[in-house]
Amino acid sequence: MSQAMLEVSGVTTYYGNIVALRGVDVHVNQGEIVTLIGANGAGKSTLMMTIFGKPQARDGRITYMGEDITRMPTHKIARLSIAQSPEGRRIFPRMTVFENLQMGAAITDGTHFQSDLEKVFAFFPRLKERMHQRGGTLSGGEQQMLAIARALMSRPKLLLLDEPSLGLAPLIVKQIFESLRTLNQEDGLTVFLVEQNAYHALKLAHRGYVMVNGLITMTGGGRELLAREEVRAAYLEGGRH
Amino acid sequence: MDYFLQQLINGLTLGSIYGLIAIGYTMVYGIIGMINFAHGDVFMVSAFSALIAFLVILAVGITAVPLALVMVLIFAMLISSLYGWTVERIAYRPLRGSFRLAPLISAIGMSIVLQNYIQIVQGARVKAIQPVFTGGITLHEGDLFDVRISTIQILIIVTTIVLMTVFSLIVAKTSLGRAQRSCEQDQKMAALLGIDVDRTISLTFVMGAALAAVAGTMFLMYYGVVDFFIGFIAGVKAFTAAVLGGIGSLPGAMLGGLLIGLIEAFWAGYFSSEYKDVAVFAILAIVLIFLPTGLLGKPEVEKV
Ligand SMILES: Nc1ncnc2c1ncn2[C@@H]1O[C@H](COP(=O)(O)OP(=O)(O)OP(=O)(O)O)[C@@H](O)[C@H]1O
Ligand SMILES: [Mg+2]
Repeated sequence: MSQAMLEVSGVTTYYGNIVALRGVDVHVNQGEIVTLIGANGAGKSTLMMTIFGKPQARDGRITYMGEDITRMPTHKIARLSIAQSPEGRRIFPRMTVFENLQMGAAITDGTHFQSDLEKVFAFFPRLKERMHQRGGTLSGGEQQMLAIARALMSRPKLLLLDEPSLGLAPLIVKQIFESLRTLNQEDGLTVFLVEQNAYHALKLAHRGYVMVNGLITMTGGGRELLAREEVRAAYLEGGRH
Repeated sequence: MDYFLQQLINGLTLGSIYGLIAIGYTMVYGIIGMINFAHGDVFMVSAFSALIAFLVILAVGITAVPLALVMVLIFAMLISSLYGWTVERIAYRPLRGSFRLAPLISAIGMSIVLQNYIQIVQGARVKAIQPVFTGGITLHEGDLFDVRISTIQILIIVTTIVLMTVFSLIVAKTSLGRAQRSCEQDQKMAALLGIDVDRTISLTFVMGAALAAVAGTMFLMYYGVVDFFIGFIAGVKAFTAAVLGGIGSLPGAMLGGLLIGLIEAFWAGYFSSEYKDVAVFAILAIVLIFLPTGLLGKPEVEKV
């Protein structure tokens, strides 16, 4: 069996002496869409950030394309073509939309900048209209689009998305998920997705993980998880689909 | 009117020097949120470096003034950058993420160290050079005296305008400038995008120190004297300029520098040179009461 693109094994993460991840095992294969669902405070965002070394894992090992990145500085991890649209979007508020996108392309040599720009504008025409507006004055939904677009501008091989649907209208969510599917099928982009919107995420994903209290408690194919009683009860019933 | 013009010229010259130093304060504040109290002393070190370079160049017999000036500037900028870089590495970086006052205390410590170090190795007495630039332009012949702008004043004002333009362009348009602004706004996100935050901070210190070195060299050429204490006085003025203009704002630092220089020159010219510093600080206090973020400071209006 070929090696996974991203392999998280036995990772524990602490904030001071509070434990947030207690030995997490997750892997993402090249070409997959994998989703991670779980309740608030389960540790999903912590895992996304631990992959980027902020905070660093206390124990365990994280490898990307066979290379150990557990103790690598964050900016070097980013330069391996892993991108993240983080929790809270983290748009640079006093930069324009265009400059935010330029920041996304900071690790590239700039040769594809123009065509990449057109590509993300095709996904999010809204951003094109707002090109010279400052990031901090965008609406929440527009900021979310910008965060995803900025991540794409780095030409990632692996894209981590932390709740991309947060605060977006259902129609836009559908459109973003469609875009992800397209990017995955046509460009071979690998996606690791954290979602509250479990129904859409599991429908989209090849595989999924369920995290409870800093531990992975369930894993399986997207539709398989969707069919499970425990998953439906905990994350879907009364849900938003 | 003649007198007014003359004070205006003097004030602009002085203000240019303060403005160049103020940029170092404001950029460092912008990126790591601390006042680098040792910055004035880096300026002082650069003035001494310029002095040494100047004496060496005289000794080896280079007499072409433009060539000599460029060599002095380059030497002073190199030494000053090295000091700026080192100060950040040994006094501030290890304290990043510790409580807010720690780097401030460390900065005051570095300031004292640099002052005493120069006092020991260079002596406490004032060091002087003979004037390099003697010429000037008489703008207006008056009954009592002529309004003159000297060559060195022209040089200072023109250099400052050029440097500030170049510098503003770097910050606004280049990837280095964007990296600096991104670190200012969200260091964690900058790192997620592949920006080497430590390196960007180091470069900011180096850039501030290099500009201070230009100011230091100009100071030496203008006044012809330096001592180990000039960094304290000029540093406090430049810091005041940065706060007056709105700390964190580049155009603010330039504007603040010019204003401080003008206030000082006019006060000394029309009232008394005894209390010119009091005037500067009084105006600072007044501005801060009515405009707490300074003249061009940014009130936070964004939703983040
Ligand atoms: N900087 C921090 N310092 C201390 N504790 C933290 C910090 N960040 C997160 N935590 C704690 O770690 C745990 C996991 O948080 P995390 O943000 O990873 O959850 P999450 O699964 O992403 O939740 P949500 O769905 O609400 O985004 C929570 O109990 C949280 O309070
Ligand atoms: Mg989260």
